[in-house]
Amino acid sequence: MRTSATGALAGAATIAFAVSAAHAADTVAVGVLQSLSGTMAISEVTVKNAETMAIDEINAAGGVMGHQIEAVIEDGASDPAIFAQKASKLIQNDDVATVFGGWTSASRKAMLPVFERADSLLWYPVQFEGNECSANIMYSGAQPNQQILPAYEWAKAEGKKSYFLVGSDYVFPRTANLIVKKHLAEDGLDLAGEQYVPLGGTDFSAVIAKIRAAKPDIIFNTLNGDSNVSFFKQMAASGMGPDSVPVMSFSIAEQEARAMGTSLVEGSYATWNYFETLPSDANADFVQAYRALYGEDAAVTDPMLHGYLNVYAWKAAVEAAGSFDTDAVRAAAVGLDIDTPMGTVSFAPNQSLRQTAYVGQLDSQGQFDIIWSSDAMIEPEPYDALTFPGKTCGVATN
Amino acid sequence: MLDATLFAGQVFNGFSVASLFVLAALGLALSFGLMRVINMAHGEMLMLGGYLAYLTYLIVPGPAAILVAMPVAFLGAALVGGLLELTVIRRLSSRPLDTLLATWGVSLILQQAARSAFGPIGVGVTAPDWLNTGLSLGGLYFPSTRIFILAVAVVVLAGLGLLIARTRLGLLVRAVNQDRMMAAASGINTRRVDLAVFCLGTGIAGLAGVVLSLLGPVTPSVGQSYIVPAFLVVVMGGLGSMVGTTIAAVILGLVSALSQIFLDVSMSQVLMLLFVIIFLQFRPQGVVATRSRALEG
Repeated sequence: MRTSATGALAGAATIAFAVSAAHAADTVAVGVLQSLSGTMAISEVTVKNAETMAIDEINAAGGVMGHQIEAVIEDGASDPAIFAQKASKLIQNDDVATVFGGWTSASRKAMLPVFERADSLLWYPVQFEGNECSANIMYSGAQPNQQILPAYEWAKAEGKKSYFLVGSDYVFPRTANLIVKKHLAEDGLDLAGEQYVPLGGTDFSAVIAKIRAAKPDIIFNTLNGDSNVSFFKQMAASGMGPDSVPVMSFSIAEQEARAMGTSLVEGSYATWNYFETLPSDANADFVQAYRALYGEDAAVTDPMLHGYLNVYAWKAAVEAAGSFDTDAVRAAAVGLDIDTPMGTVSFAPNQSLRQTAYVGQLDSQGQFDIIWSSDAMIEPEPYDALTFPGKTCGVATN
Repeated sequence: MLDATLFAGQVFNGFSVASLFVLAALGLALSFGLMRVINMAHGEMLMLGGYLAYLTYLIVPGPAAILVAMPVAFLGAALVGGLLELTVIRRLSSRPLDTLLATWGVSLILQQAARSAFGPIGVGVTAPDWLNTGLSLGGLYFPSTRIFILAVAVVVLAGLGLLIARTRLGLLVRAVNQDRMMAAASGINTRRVDLAVFCLGTGIAGLAGVVLSLLGPVTPSVGQSYIVPAFLVVVMGGLGSMVGTTIAAVILGLVSALSQIFLDVSMSQVLMLLFVIIFLQFRPQGVVATRSRALEG
């Protein structure tokens, strides 16, 4: 210190720093990391909305263990590399307690090493292909045995004998279809065809020609994003609307159905663990609260609900553990009952959610009539026994 | 395994894909042939055509909407193309690499503008009822949307052919194409010819946007999915030749559709790229070699 002036400045700076540190002590930062731009923004912005809505609700009710939650929102820009980069920024620079986010499997796979290295926890809200089990991710979206296989069981019970698989060309459709094919072979049913189109692909002329030639009883559709619009449009133009060849979709929820125009997809099926039409008071309240914030026409979907319940599950686990520490939260989260708009659910020891599967049929309003549900909550299985024999989840044995 | 019906169906689909390629690529071929400008914002002219079709549908509903949308999209895209030519391309015409970068920038700006104006979610254009049928012919089914698009491509090609061969503008275009300096020396206003051709090219892209909206959604990035095949067609066709562009579009459409009998769409795209690379190894000048001084060093 050369002069007293700089000494005073340094003193002031120290006080300011102490004040901001004291302020930081009553808040806890969490990361919200979804694509707010790029091709996935259409879906992920709504998940971000649901996650921040849960955070605001918790803050209004007094926060977590007396701490207000401060959401640090980052844009993954539909790019896995940016997801990884923003995840490490959240952990290292913003010092977040945990992160809620991700959608595509590519984004999750890119973030996984970041969370493992820092031993931090990611709450992932979307259905996926399984075949992965990290101690640093809480998977609340459906495992294959909670979405794809229940859909297959439903179709089998409906008497469907031949199955045509159409998907976007990346890890989720390929793995999901691998599982379906194993089960078709096991049950002696017929694989009428299997076709992949690049993500964002718009030309389905050859795929439709093959569907016409194969005459399947049902189509299992794992296309993602805009390709769905092209697919349904060109199917309709070829005289094969959802009423002539049933289509079961795994990436079309209320939001996508409305964006596509409901007349195009009316009568087609989807399997999810949550539908906006789920009859319960808790769900009615949730839908109403969301619409009060984002407009009367806002759609509420399965991934949004999972994003929302992830925040509450984290809060419950922190309070049960009495700590924000990753290990303590992870241990406390397993088996803890969480009340959600889709009923009371809990995480299994493999850190995936136990949940019920529903089959819905789209009506003209873009809502699903729930026509089937699994008998009970389904235990999550990251590794389908038929497809990946002998593989088990490392987390479960820890 | 090779089923005759599937084969015949794929030949039709090949021509259908080719008609889209031609509509998307003609504008690029025109502007490259005449001005040696690679317009990276060409795909956004398609997008613009699609959104103009969507807006037209909102204002004029009913069965004739598509017929109104086509001239609207043509003029709208041509207008924006003209502005682009006057404000950007003309000022950079002597620096081809700079036009590449500048038009790429314009492409990003237009995509973001569409995202702000219409949202990231695609908008849908519903085909009128008279296009929602099809022709059944001996086990084959030809959707009328695809027949319609083929017809549009044929009409555009014929119209463009007549324009170049029979009109005064066509004469000027041919003159400038053959020797820009000489044409200018003999009193032709080459800049006005450039402007007219550029507007024409972007207008055709606007038309392509309208017909694309019959097959898929109109999104801010719709142009991006057609720009790569369009460039392939132009390169393979012989950089700027209209006949070459058409033949290349048909060849690539058929390669794509016929290979899909055995392969899925992802693999057939790989095959298509390989095909173009091998083709250019043996015939680097493209399908039709353009004899133009403009293309000589």
